[in-house]
Amino acid sequence: MEKSTSIRNYRDILIKFQSLLALVILCFVLAMMTDIFFTSSNMLNVMRQISVNICISVGMTLVILTGGIDLSVGSILALSGALTAGFLKFGLELPFFDTFIGFTIFGAVLIGILSGTALGTFNGLAITVFRVPPFVATLAMLTIARGFTMLYTKGFPISGLGQNYAFIGTGWLLGIPVPVWIALTVVAIAFFVTNKTRLGRYIYAIGGNESAAQLSGINIRKIKTIVYAIAGGLAALGGIIVTSRLDSAQPNAGASYELDAIAAVVIGGTSLSGGKGTIGGTVLGAIIIGVLNNGLVLLNVSPFWQQVIKGFVILLAIIIDKSNTRK
Amino acid sequence: MLIAKDISKNFSGVRALESVNMEIHLGQVTALIGENGAGKSTLMKILSGVYPDYDGEIIFNGKRLGFSNPSEAQHEGIAIIHQELSLIPQLSIAENIFLGREITYRFGTLNKKLMWRRAKELLDRLKLDLDPNTPVYTLKVGQQQIVEIAKALLTDAEIIIMDEPTSAISDQEVDILFEIVKNLRNQNKGVVYISHKLDELIRIADRFVVLRDGKTIESGLIKGMNKDNIIQKMVGRNIQLLTPPEVSGQEEKILEVKNLSYTPKGGTKSGMLKHISFNLYKGEILGIFGLMGTGRTELLESLFGLHPGTSEGEIHINGTAAAFQHPSDAIQAGLALVPEDRKKDGLVLGLDVRTNISLTVLDKLENFGTINHKKETRLAGKYIGELGIKTSSQKQLVMNLSGGNQQKIVISKWLATHPKILLLDEPTRGIDVNAKNEIYKLITQLAKEGLGIIMVSSELPEILAVSNRVLVMAEGELTAEIPISEANEEVIMQAAIPKSKQASN
Repeated sequence: MEKSTSIRNYRDILIKFQSLLALVILCFVLAMMTDIFFTSSNMLNVMRQISVNICISVGMTLVILTGGIDLSVGSILALSGALTAGFLKFGLELPFFDTFIGFTIFGAVLIGILSGTALGTFNGLAITVFRVPPFVATLAMLTIARGFTMLYTKGFPISGLGQNYAFIGTGWLLGIPVPVWIALTVVAIAFFVTNKTRLGRYIYAIGGNESAAQLSGINIRKIKTIVYAIAGGLAALGGIIVTSRLDSAQPNAGASYELDAIAAVVIGGTSLSGGKGTIGGTVLGAIIIGVLNNGLVLLNVSPFWQQVIKGFVILLAIIIDKSNTRK
Repeated sequence: MLIAKDISKNFSGVRALESVNMEIHLGQVTALIGENGAGKSTLMKILSGVYPDYDGEIIFNGKRLGFSNPSEAQHEGIAIIHQELSLIPQLSIAENIFLGREITYRFGTLNKKLMWRRAKELLDRLKLDLDPNTPVYTLKVGQQQIVEIAKALLTDAEIIIMDEPTSAISDQEVDILFEIVKNLRNQNKGVVYISHKLDELIRIADRFVVLRDGKTIESGLIKGMNKDNIIQKMVGRNIQLLTPPEVSGQEEKILEVKNLSYTPKGGTKSGMLKHISFNLYKGEILGIFGLMGTGRTELLESLFGLHPGTSEGEIHINGTAAAFQHPSDAIQAGLALVPEDRKKDGLVLGLDVRTNISLTVLDKLENFGTINHKKETRLAGKYIGELGIKTSSQKQLVMNLSGGNQQKIVISKWLATHPKILLLDEPTRGIDVNAKNEIYKLITQLAKEGLGIIMVSSELPEILAVSNRVLVMAEGELTAEIPISEANEEVIMQAAIPKSKQASN
């Protein structure tokens, strides 16, 4: 038994090492083939680009760890981003009361995050109370939230949000872009939650064996609802970063972002059936996707081919992962 | 004739079968007899290709066989009808019978007419008067079993293995089934019949094989055998009979159940509870015996708050009425449930030993919202030591441990909650004899320390060895309460056999 454990550990390390190795090789190849890739400005550029995906992917990791899925994050990102931009720019008019409420950046951001969290909670309740399968519940939310975004923006971007707001998406702090700081904070908190708290432990237990978790006295409904709420909140945070960077809330922002997030989680080694995976793996997965995107652009690969290549990379990652875990 | 020679099989270090020998003669019914955990199912799964790796050989009509999956075994003429039926409920009888063996026209479209006709012939042969287009979910369990048999006949099986075929069917259905078995015998099929119901075996079988602790104990003709001989051979040594502990605290009632009733979803008869009332005293081990589907598990689940809203009746704990909405309420009130299926309901197999043990008490291991890993390690270490859990480390994944050690982990996670009432559902299912004895000692020890213990079991020797008092359930009702001094297998079995059966005898 001792022996098999050490083999398992060794293999685990190898698996982790494998994705890292793939990343290193990828970087090396790109550094050789392009002049720009290995410059600090490009590196920071890549980091800034992936910071939104990291925020979303972290939430997605928690959801997938419980054995669920969240397809609505892209739409939630758009709606929360639009609400933040709208409240910031136009405030809230209440004609009946003949009042107008203006919002500071902080207030508008808070509204955005809260709206995303609320939509996520709605997902969670649909899944736990009404027993709608996660795939279906969040698919419904994908179109509901997108529809509300269109209604709220009337189909037009909300632009001109001001210099101060732009700091969130384009600013720098200690030589590092602000979005990267945000992503790092999210990752640090998620790392702490998954490794050190009861919530984290319960997430793994539910994904590993829901029935045993329930019998152990864990409130499955509560934990799952919290997880979907977090995923919604983090999608909203992504929306705020995106609107700030573009200085504009686009009604079709975030379309198919859920796929990039799922890809990052899966490449990071998290099992789609739940119970197994890490935040660190997801971050690595997101970086691999980001570097790949960046590299393909630098190499002037056509955007159409980029999609094809990305798809095959995802397949390859899963096939390698499966062949490693097979006994 | 099929000969299984020197068959051995291990499951992650636990020996399930050791040089087992068995002969299955065509044109005869062979009864495979043994207690739960004796290795009957394992042996049958080897013969039918479910477990491809084992030691030993299988020789069928002089030819040495090796299967890597069940369909290869089927191809050689060996079919198994599992205890848990493997039909697809949404499909019709005919679709189920022909699943994977569909008859098609030349261009690949299904020849439904021909399949319907062939299915009808099979059903007629088995005296099941149903349209083959009937969806399977509308059938009774006994009828589904006959569909399974039809499926086996379609493959021209020469050996048909039936694993506990009568555990869930009515008496008339049993009679029909026996007719079918006799017919199969007359058609020169070899039938293996696994059952705990010894009367049935004596009625139907020609030969017998007794397994005990994974070894062949005896085989021969059933003629001249009676229930007592067979029981003797089955039980043999075996459990070192612990003297049931003195009942210390008969005066202190810690649990009172009044008129507990429960109807499972869909209103199925199996698992229903009807007006159950009983008491549990401090320091007592209350054994509850019942055949499959009598509501044993549902009783424990209802006590543990798993059926809020659907179960009725009163539960008093230490004199105060309780209405649990969720297992967490039950845990709060001092209850703990070691479930019947530890892999499905007891453990998170992909997590390690420590995490599984601490799962029930994480809230008590927290400092400022963070799990205190030191406390957690100490807690896990304590139970690993006290219960003698054999694991290479606390970080070992639970899935790599033997059944006995896994069960000790389930018990540990519940002892960690310091329960006052411990509910055990089949606490020694599927674990080896040594681990069994350890668990019996542990249960006895816990009772001495003042826990009230309810132990549900379908193993009579276990009930007799450990309980202070025995309750018997049949068809969702309590049919007997027997003090241990008056309990024996006969008395308990009498009460456990459904009334309808007694009336028809």
